[in-house]
Amino acid sequence: MQDNGAGGRADKKVLNYALRRLLVAIPTLFVIITASFFLMRVAPGGPFDLVPDLDPLLIENLRKAYDLDKPLFEQYANYLGRLAQGDLGPSLVYRDRNVAELIAEGLPVSAQLGLTAIAVGLFFGMLSGIVAALRKNTAADFTVMAIAMTGVAIPTFVTAPLLTLFFGLYLGWLPISGWNGGQFTHIVLPVCALALPSIAGIARITRGSMLESLSAQHVRTARAKGLPESKIIIRHVLRPACMPVVSYLGPAIAGAMTGSVVIETIFGLPGIGRAFVEGALNRDYSLILGIVIVYASLIILLNLLADIIYGYLDPRVRPR
Amino acid sequence: MSGPAAMGYRGGDGDAVGELQGRSLWNDAVARFRRHRAAMASLWVLGVITVLAVLVPEFWPNSLDEVNWDYIQSPPTTENLLWFGTDVNGRDMFSRTFYGARISLTIGVLTTLVALIVGVLYGAIAGYRGGPAGDIMMRVVDVLYSLPTLFFIIILVTIFGNNFLLIFICIGAVEWLTLARIVRGQTLSIKEKEYVESARAAGLSTPTILLKYIIPNAIGPVIVYVTLLIPINIIVESYLSFLGLGVQEPFTSWGRLISQGANEIGTAPWLLVIPAAFLVVTLFCFNFIGDGLRDSLDPKEHTR
Repeated sequence: MQDNGAGGRADKKVLNYALRRLLVAIPTLFVIITASFFLMRVAPGGPFDLVPDLDPLLIENLRKAYDLDKPLFEQYANYLGRLAQGDLGPSLVYRDRNVAELIAEGLPVSAQLGLTAIAVGLFFGMLSGIVAALRKNTAADFTVMAIAMTGVAIPTFVTAPLLTLFFGLYLGWLPISGWNGGQFTHIVLPVCALALPSIAGIARITRGSMLESLSAQHVRTARAKGLPESKIIIRHVLRPACMPVVSYLGPAIAGAMTGSVVIETIFGLPGIGRAFVEGALNRDYSLILGIVIVYASLIILLNLLADIIYGYLDPRVRPR
Repeated sequence: MSGPAAMGYRGGDGDAVGELQGRSLWNDAVARFRRHRAAMASLWVLGVITVLAVLVPEFWPNSLDEVNWDYIQSPPTTENLLWFGTDVNGRDMFSRTFYGARISLTIGVLTTLVALIVGVLYGAIAGYRGGPAGDIMMRVVDVLYSLPTLFFIIILVTIFGNNFLLIFICIGAVEWLTLARIVRGQTLSIKEKEYVESARAAGLSTPTILLKYIIPNAIGPVIVYVTLLIPINIIVESYLSFLGLGVQEPFTSWGRLISQGANEIGTAPWLLVIPAAFLVVTLFCFNFIGDGLRDSLDPKEHTR
C-alpha cells in the first residue's frame, strides 16, 4: 500500500509506536500477574477446605508439597521464576496435571471458537451495517437496527440457551452441546451465540460511520466527478467508515473472551473458559492464575494489534 | 431524577435564572424527557417490576422456597396461583422470579451507587487538582482500564466467597473507571468557569468547591451514564450467578434462575423463558431511559 519514501517513514513510525505500546503493555501484564497472585494467596480458605474432615497432618503435607507453607514473597519469586520458563505450576485440584498442560489442551478450542466468532461478527456486522446505511430508513434498515439493539442489550447467557431451545430442541437442526473435535454442526450454535453481540455492535458502528462518510466532502467531490456509485462506495466511503470498527475490535475481543466463558460452560466445550469456571468453583488457584495470565496477555496483545492496524489505516492517529 | 431542586441552578454562562420565576434548565430537561415516549413507558414498566419485586416476596401466598408436592415442575397454571409454574423442586416460579428481581435490581442499583461515589469523587479530585498528581491518578485509571475486569471480579468473588455484600462491593469497585473519566473531563472545563474562580477568591475550601460547585455541574452526563451502568451491573451479577459464583440457594437472582432454567431446557422451557424475559425487558427499559435522559439533558446531541 505504501511503498514510496514517505510510506517507508510512516512504517517506521508505526513500528516505533508499536514498540512503545509494547513497553506499556509489559508493566500492565506484570501488574495483573502480581495483583492476581497476591489476591489468591491472601484468600481465606484454601483449595483443600473443600474436602470435609481432611486430616490436619495431611493438609500440612499437601501445603508443603505445593510450596504453600513458604513465605509469601518467596512463593512469588518462585512463581515468577518458573513463569519466565513457561511453567505455570501444578494444578492444585487435578493431581499429576500441570496448569500449562491444562491450558494447552483448552486453548485451541477457545481460540477456534473466539476467532471464528470475531470473524463472523466482523463479516455479518459490517455487511448488515453497510446495507442499513445504504438503504437508510427502509424496512431493511429498521430490521437491522432492531436486531442490533437486541443483540447489544441481551447478554450471551440469555441468547445462548434460547438459541439452543429453538434450533437445538424445537427444530432439532443442531446438536445442543459437545465439541466433537470442532465439527461444523457442533460449532454453529456456540459461534452464533458468541458472535451476536459483536455483530450487533459492529453493525451499529458501521452504519453510523458509513452515514457520516457518505455525507463527507470528498464523497461529494467524487460524485461530482462522475465516478460510478459502486466505485465511490468502495474507494471513498468504506475505508474511512472502517476506522471506528477497527477501534471497536479491542472491546469486541474482550467481550468475546468473557462471553466464551459462558458459552463454553453452556455448551460443554472443553476450552479454557470452562476450565476457568471450574477452577474458580474448586478454588484451584494456580489454574485460575494461569488462565487469567493467558487471557490478559491475549487481550493486551490483540488490542495492540488492533491499534497498529488503526495506525496503518488512519495516518492522522500516527503517534507524534 | 431525584432532587432536581437541589441542582436547580446549573451555573451556565451567568444567565439570570433565579429571579424570573422562569423555567430552569432542569424543568426544560424534565419536559423534554416527558415527551420521550419510549423512556416514559420504560419508566412505568420498571416501576411496576420494582413494586412487584418489593411486594411479591412479602405477601404472595406461595413463598420462594416452599415445595408444592403436587406441582413438581408444573408448567404455568391458574391453579393454586402458580402463574409462572414451578421449578424442579416444586417451588413457585412467580415468587422466585420476583425475588430474583429484588436481588438483581438491588445489586444493580447498589453497585452503581458504589461506582458512582468512587468514580465521581476520584474524577473530580483528579480533574480539579490537575498537574502531575492528577495525571498520575488518571494513569492509574488507564492501567486498571486495560485489565480484564470480569476476570478480576471472578477472582475477587472466588477469594471472598459468595457474600452478598462483597459481591456488590467487588462489582462496584471495578466499574467506576468510566465515571472517573467522564467527571474528570467535565471538571477540567468547569474549573475554568468564573463562578468557581469567585468561589476560590471568596476563600472556600477545596472540598466545598468540589461538592457545591464542581460536582453538581458535572452531573448531567453522569446521570446518563449511571442509567447505562445499572443494566451493565445487573448483567455482571447475573453472569456471576449464572456461572454459580454469585447468589447462592435458597436465595436467587435472575441470573441464577436463568442458569437453572438452561439446565432444564428440554423438559421445562418456562423456567428459562420467564426470568429471561423479565431480565431482557428490564435491560431494555434502562437503555431507553438512558437514551431519553441523554436526549433531554443534552439537546445538542439530539440533532445528530
